[in-house]
Amino acid sequence: MKARVFYRTLLGFGIGYLFLPVFIVVAFSFNDLKGRRNVSWEGFTLRHWAEPFKLPGLSEAVLNSLTIAFLSALISTVIGTLIALALVRYRFKGRATTNLLLFLPMASPEVVMGSALLTLFIVAQVGRGYMTVLLAHILFNLSYAVVTVRARIVGFDRHLEEAAMDLYANEWQTFRRVTLPMILPGVLAAFMLAFALSFDDFVITNFNSGSLQTFPVFVYGATKRGVPPQVNVLGTMIFGVMVIATTIFLVVQARRQKMDEAALAAGD
Amino acid sequence: MTARSALATKADRRRRLVPYALLAPGILWLLVFYVVPMFRLAITSLQEGSLEQGYEFTGNFDSYASVFTTYLPQLRNSLMFAFGATVIGLLIAYPLAYAIAFYTSRWKSLFLLLIIVPLLVPFLLRTLAWRVILADQGVVVTALKTIGLLPENGRLLSTGWAILAGLVYNYLAFMALPIYVSLDKIEPSLLEAANDLYATPWTAFRKVTLPMSMPGVISGTLLTFIPAAGDYVNVELLGNRNWTMMGNVIQSKFLVIIDYPAAAAISFTLMAIIVTMVVLYVRKVGTEELLT
Repeated sequence: MKARVFYRTLLGFGIGYLFLPVFIVVAFSFNDLKGRRNVSWEGFTLRHWAEPFKLPGLSEAVLNSLTIAFLSALISTVIGTLIALALVRYRFKGRATTNLLLFLPMASPEVVMGSALLTLFIVAQVGRGYMTVLLAHILFNLSYAVVTVRARIVGFDRHLEEAAMDLYANEWQTFRRVTLPMILPGVLAAFMLAFALSFDDFVITNFNSGSLQTFPVFVYGATKRGVPPQVNVLGTMIFGVMVIATTIFLVVQARRQKMDEAALAAGD
Repeated sequence: MTARSALATKADRRRRLVPYALLAPGILWLLVFYVVPMFRLAITSLQEGSLEQGYEFTGNFDSYASVFTTYLPQLRNSLMFAFGATVIGLLIAYPLAYAIAFYTSRWKSLFLLLIIVPLLVPFLLRTLAWRVILADQGVVVTALKTIGLLPENGRLLSTGWAILAGLVYNYLAFMALPIYVSLDKIEPSLLEAANDLYATPWTAFRKVTLPMSMPGVISGTLLTFIPAAGDYVNVELLGNRNWTMMGNVIQSKFLVIIDYPAAAAISFTLMAIIVTMVVLYVRKVGTEELLT
């Protein structure tokens, strides 16, 4: 009983600690600041929320971040799903090397990956900008996409696919009608994770963006002059949208699982 | 050979190629944008020259010598901060993960979500928020002064402590989640068995829970140590020039001063040190799970 109280109190403090900066980011989007430095509370105002897209550079940066996050998440999830299928479904030579190759980017500090890519782009005389950032984001998203999708494939029943093949479905039909619907939650989770990782990336982007502005690059640049409160407004909006998306995803997942279980129980 | 078996071997061969076809795009991507750049980085580090005159490969190791002479303090700072953040992070995250795994009953997924949700606020904004929390006139500084832990003119912002606080905070979820996952896998019956055999709660923890949570602890510590060792954002936003880390040097030499060979040498050294430490660590605590 004592332990229960102790651990629940601890949990309360832990969650409070994790949310403290979140609270500050949201609160300071309402700060009625007089100067440039948005670091101390000077009163409540809604004026920054009335014109969140007032700063032209900022809106453009957010737009770049959104499209790069979407494209890199899409491409890395597709490529990553193929790798995950190969790793779980097939025996082949070179499996250990493939695993190592996937593990290495996750074990490399971002600053090393970012600078290594920069040296490649310099030698290849590729101008830094939208494309180089997109290529880099697909790279660091890829391993996480594979891990996320693989975790889902490992857990499900192969017999359903075999049954489909027995019923004369070809490989593509089997994939589309049986495999894909079953791994879809994993694929969606991978997409969401990749989107979040890409949107929030600063270090690798900073090395390969040239003059391109993304949301984190804009914020970093602004820290020297004083971060405009519109950054907090947009940060809060992004946070809100992502929380809603994650919640919907999890609720739909839980409901689906319940329905599957009910169907199984009815089948018995 | 009959026509039929010839057909079968053809189909067989096709089947054997399927995994390689599935792997091809991803592996190609990793080779071109990870393996090749790492080689490029190594080659650049052995070059000599300047931006104006161009660089030439000379196989010169001078850039590496300077890493261990000129940049020794930065190397020390990187390893020290990363180690500190990992240890403190573990001390905070383990009890948190333990509480969620064993003391939240049906609200488990909600609390798990609450650990992840702060990550959805952009990283730089979260770090900037610590400027407000640790500000000179802020609650934390005032409280520490009142209880005498901080001298009257003392401050937290722009000190090593602020960098450490930022690093611990930024990677805490990555420490807590893997630990939670391995704790959650432990069968309650195992702990009941320990209890039935008159093990004290502490013995049960030491002999059953702790060893079984080791895979999570290893993943968590790696997910904290690696990014923390390469970080330069926390130093820039919360610390001061006396505490610069390897990441700061790499960043400024690549993007501000433009001295590619030196920058590449430092970057490559950081990578080599981290890979060596990770391999030794994983061997020592003994899990191959990470690589499969």
